[in-house]
Amino acid sequence: MQFDQILQYSLSGLSTGAIYALIGVGFSIIFNATGIINFAQGEFVMLGGMFTLLFLETLKLPLWAAIPCAIVASTVAGLLFERLAIRPLRQATPINLVIITIGGSILIRGLAMLSWGKDTHAIPPFSGDDPIAIAGATILPQHLWILAITVIIVIVNRIYFYHTISGKAMRACAYNRRAAGLVGIDVHRMVLFSFIISSAMGSIAGIIVAPLTMTAYDVGIMLGLKGFCAAIIGGMSSGIATVIGGLLLGVLESLGAGLISSGYKDAIAFIILLLILFIRPQGLFGKAESERV
Amino acid sequence: MIRRFFSCSAAVSVLLVCSIAFAAPPIKIGGLFAVSGPSAPLGEPERNTAKMVVDEINKAGGVNGRKLELVSYDTTGDATKALQLANKLIKDDKVTAIIGPSTTPEAMAIIPVVEKEHIPLIALAAGSKITDPVKKWVFKTAQNDSLAVSWIFEYLQKQKQSKVAILTVSTGFGSSGREQLKAQAARYGISLVFDDTFGPNDSDMTAQLTKVRASHAQALIVWGTNPGPAKIANNARQLGLKIPIFMSHGVSSKKFIELAGDAAEGIKLPSGKVIVADLLPKSDSQRKSLMAFVKDYQNHYKTEGDHFGGHAWDAVMLIKAAIERGGDTPAGIRDNLEKIKGFAGIGGTFSYSAQDHAGLGKDAFVLVEIKNRDWVLVK
Repeated sequence: MQFDQILQYSLSGLSTGAIYALIGVGFSIIFNATGIINFAQGEFVMLGGMFTLLFLETLKLPLWAAIPCAIVASTVAGLLFERLAIRPLRQATPINLVIITIGGSILIRGLAMLSWGKDTHAIPPFSGDDPIAIAGATILPQHLWILAITVIIVIVNRIYFYHTISGKAMRACAYNRRAAGLVGIDVHRMVLFSFIISSAMGSIAGIIVAPLTMTAYDVGIMLGLKGFCAAIIGGMSSGIATVIGGLLLGVLESLGAGLISSGYKDAIAFIILLLILFIRPQGLFGKAESERV
Repeated sequence: MIRRFFSCSAAVSVLLVCSIAFAAPPIKIGGLFAVSGPSAPLGEPERNTAKMVVDEINKAGGVNGRKLELVSYDTTGDATKALQLANKLIKDDKVTAIIGPSTTPEAMAIIPVVEKEHIPLIALAAGSKITDPVKKWVFKTAQNDSLAVSWIFEYLQKQKQSKVAILTVSTGFGSSGREQLKAQAARYGISLVFDDTFGPNDSDMTAQLTKVRASHAQALIVWGTNPGPAKIANNARQLGLKIPIFMSHGVSSKKFIELAGDAAEGIKLPSGKVIVADLLPKSDSQRKSLMAFVKDYQNHYKTEGDHFGGHAWDAVMLIKAAIERGGDTPAGIRDNLEKIKGFAGIGGTFSYSAQDHAGLGKDAFVLVEIKNRDWVLVK
């Protein structure tokens, strides 16, 4: 096996992994604030891509304007989802809420199918599509965008959670919701914030990956599940552990497809998911009782 | 005044009664189409076209003085449902013939029923096993995969390229194509140096293409339906893969060019003639049917007619032709279908016989190349 092949698999894997990481962090943020897994997370990834398409093609906005509009639109969708589906049932058990998120994801997917049809759509790359050669392997400018945006989001996330009052309040909720409430933190508001942040992150992931993978009403299912795997590998941490989990997953998938068989691509992700759940349910890097934010 | 009104209406009702008494009942044709579900891109244009053609035949006075009536159901692409609906068509609706279903698994599921009940079936699915071996009551209009494969291999043979890599999608369409590719390679002196698959929703194909590059193949054949092949075209461009790329008829729609953009340039594929109707030479016997269908579909549904609609067009018109030859019973239609020769339809020129219920030859396809975001014929 030649070096340039391995390098190509790894580079492809890293950029796919960065997307998984962004989606995974979205899962963790909501999990930490509410204790539920939001299975509609993948749909916000889809909405990011589809709203970009809407603003680009139907409203004829330039790409630089369509992207922020799409992020705002998806975030509003996330906000509405929390307000209409999650908050009215706040006292319900986590299992009910999880089922509601699954129902919500089916609803969002159905609405997307009705409004945008079943076709796959292409979105233009941010800055051309001339390949860049790196030691025998090639990547596209879009891969650099993905990696750079992921790094920026991870840094902003870190600053938010450790250096702002509302970020610290959200961490407090993650440690102990009741205690956070007792010291005067508005827990409901933190839950709403968590949905806003994670739907925005999900939509960004959907937008930056759309020029490479194209977008359709049903892309959210698989991307959501892979993001969930990344979050599990990272032990539901909304920090660097999930990011590493996502990158690891992307690289293993790509190496597996390259070295074993591409037929096992998805299987690899889910085998890893099961192994982690069986052997290290606290995540690859977590201590038994881990800090989750 | 009132008397005049009465006498008028009396005359009208007498006329009505007469026309009911004298007109023969319509000939019922069953339709099974996957209008919703994953195969909706096939079933929807098929149903639309069947409706359009039957309406037009009736407007022109029907066939041999009898109107046609289309009774169509949505199978959602599910073989079990297709089977139930086929039974319903035969036993409750008492249809004389059935067109559809849209996919090969559904067609295979209902074949035992039509064979038992002696109802002619014109399937719109492509799988060659539908009519191979020949079943007495089963015909089909969609072109066999094997025809598309031989077009590509013949071209490669002419170009003296013998080392070929294949990438097939992991669905029924892909595995059927893969079987054909493997079965026919030796006949054209072609060796498949690399054989791998891709998932229909995989987001990145660079891993497979990196292996294609390492295999030193002289050409790559990709067998799939959108969007996978478009991603492969993009990834191949990213990796700087220089070898010629061939695709299947599964992507012979403008959608593929739209998705793959510049990466589609230079890709060649075998395709039915619908997408290149206006490029065909005047001498092409199918040209008239093709132009009529494309224009008609555009007028009715505000979008271009495609191959799938064409399969339904052919099926209805073949039944019409069979009835015109004097068969308006199930057995009559079946017997006369077998006698149809040189019928220039949308999918190709059909010549059915007792040994051949697929009816198409190699001329059902043309090899096209994508140039400047449009199709051109490869000579």
